Amino acid sequence: MSTPYAKLPAWADYGLIPLINLLVAFAVAGLVVLLVGENPFRAAVILVEGAFGSGQGIAYTLFYATNFIFTGLAVAVAFHCGLFNIGGEGQAYIAGLGVAAVALTFDSTLPWWVIFPLAIIASALVGALWALIPAYLQAKRGSHIVITTIMFNFIAASVMVYMLVNVLKPVGAMAPQTRQFLEGAQLPKLGWLLTELGMKVRPSVPLNISFVLALVMAFLVWVLIWRTKLGYEIRTMGFSPKAARYAGISESRIIIVTMLISGALAGMMAINPLMGDQHNVPLDFVGGAGFVGIAVALMGRSHPAGIVPAAILFGMLYQGGAELAFEMPNISRDMIVIIQGLVILFAGALENMFRPTIQGIFATLSPKSVGVVAAKGERA
Amino acid sequence: MEFVDTLINVLNSTIRLTVPLLLACLAGLYSERSGVFDIGLEGKMLAGAFAGAAAAAVFASAWIGLLVAILVSIGMSLVHGFASITHRGNQIVSGVAINFIAAGSTVILGQAWFQQGGRTPSLPPEARFGEIKLPGADALRDVPIIGHVYSGLLSGHSLLTYLAFLAVPFTWWVLFRTRFGLRLRAVGENPAAVDTAGISVAWLRYRAIICTGVLTGLAGCYMALAQNAGFVKDMTAGRGYIALAALIFAKWKPVPAMFACLLFGFLDALSIRLQGTPLPLIGKVPVQLMQALPYVLTVILLAGFIGKAIPPRAGGVPYVKER
Repeated sequence: MSTPYAKLPAWADYGLIPLINLLVAFAVAGLVVLLVGENPFRAAVILVEGAFGSGQGIAYTLFYATNFIFTGLAVAVAFHCGLFNIGGEGQAYIAGLGVAAVALTFDSTLPWWVIFPLAIIASALVGALWALIPAYLQAKRGSHIVITTIMFNFIAASVMVYMLVNVLKPVGAMAPQTRQFLEGAQLPKLGWLLTELGMKVRPSVPLNISFVLALVMAFLVWVLIWRTKLGYEIRTMGFSPKAARYAGISESRIIIVTMLISGALAGMMAINPLMGDQHNVPLDFVGGAGFVGIAVALMGRSHPAGIVPAAILFGMLYQGGAELAFEMPNISRDMIVIIQGLVILFAGALENMFRPTIQGIFATLSPKSVGVVAAKGERA
Repeated sequence: MEFVDTLINVLNSTIRLTVPLLLACLAGLYSERSGVFDIGLEGKMLAGAFAGAAAAAVFASAWIGLLVAILVSIGMSLVHGFASITHRGNQIVSGVAINFIAAGSTVILGQAWFQQGGRTPSLPPEARFGEIKLPGADALRDVPIIGHVYSGLLSGHSLLTYLAFLAVPFTWWVLFRTRFGLRLRAVGENPAAVDTAGISVAWLRYRAIICTGVLTGLAGCYMALAQNAGFVKDMTAGRGYIALAALIFAKWKPVPAMFACLLFGFLDALSIRLQGTPLPLIGKVPVQLMQALPYVLTVILLAGFIGKAIPPRAGGVPYVKER
């Protein structure tokens, strides 16, 4: 078997190539800005300043990043098993029901530190359940998980509209959303952390304790994937289902368990906007974060250490993009959707476009390394 | 007579709602039969709709709009091909990327060029595909049943509607009665065999996705130039995915694809018609249930409860010549 791609040093494989892909994605995005008639460099400066120039900006950036860490981890866990979970959007959306169930039942009686873990369990449970059916169908009946999870996104949207309009909306209210959560279901903000660091932050800033939860989850995902037997089985399955079967790993069990974890992670995302910021369950509160998770996972190469910075980068784009829309009315937040698409294209689908060139450069720099690779070319 | 009128009305809007689904579904058929999965139908339709509306607005001509819509759609297809055929990238990831690029850029460019919040200017009649009256439609209007069907249902659609339904037998003929079609199907089942026969797998797949581009361009064009008078942000609203569902529902065959699209179009028409009106026996059906029905049906089908949907064997797998 010939290897299409020779091995590169690890720093080039995990650092250089993703960086080049990312730069190309942003360069193309810059071309779009140019096409719209604005200066891409000035746009970049406004964007970064809007996101990191003030304590307020940083708090919002991290608030958005919290959503993307959850959804990015959800997509990444599924990737490790060779599954593509496009359904993060729907899983997070439907998990709003779990949050609502806990918050609306207990918010008048229990304090937040009891409701918070309950909400984590409820949202994870509902998200996991929503991923269970596509997982079961993939594992037992071979239906393609990409298609079923897309379908479940739409079904989730319909279910949520129905629930919010017909069931959860308080009598007499106009807007299709639940009633406001009482204090018990409002998570403590983290703005004071930034104030401690000497930055000016208004207390209303939505950054809240679920950011910490997201970081904990990132760590737990790392432990799961690289330090447990289950994680080993998941990765084996992702590398080679045949090898997994040969090793006696139950294919359907791993698919279902992986998707349950993935759905649970996506589901937890609902806590951040609902209990941390909005304090009710409105329509469309996910707002595409489930899809951003795909870009985040691809950019972070499905590793928590890559996902967290990638999520913060997208948080920066969201927050800075809002500032940018003020300064340059032609560039609305939809610019982020383009960037997201370009990142998915260049870091995902065209991941290997620059690889042969870079390998060529490495080969001319040190021909010896190529010789070694040719000798043990069985890798891929 | 009132019942017949209502029925004709619902069926008429069924046809109107079916056309973009049908064109997109046939578009997906070419691509997926050649072994290239295409999640990006939605994005290509959207890009086609925007390009068509923008060009029609600038040049005040529906035909130039059509041409530009098709060209832009093909362009998006080629990006998909470049990533997934030439560079053997993941076809699903590439399709997802296309959808986002289209969703974002149509709004950004629309806002920059026309300053109407992402819309294109409202198109005058000469820049749209108007309704075509079939000969004798007026004369037959009062004949019971036949006249109603002929003048109320078959007549009075735009050129693109007739084109869409003609594309069904044409696609069948291309896929099952031409050399190109045979090879296209073969490359979706067993590319190595096609390669052994000395035919370029990549070029065949590229030709298939160009067909996809043409048809998604037509679909987008229909939405922007016939169904509506211009482009509105996110106007495809998930139709690309419904088309994908219909394609699976039809088990990747052209004539069943038409019926699947008609079914989903009918559900859509019915959900608009039934908004708030109670049904006999069942009572009031929530609109959301009707809207979710195509997706639910597809999931049930995928689960293998209504016959099994088996995709083209080589679908989703990039072809590596040397192993």
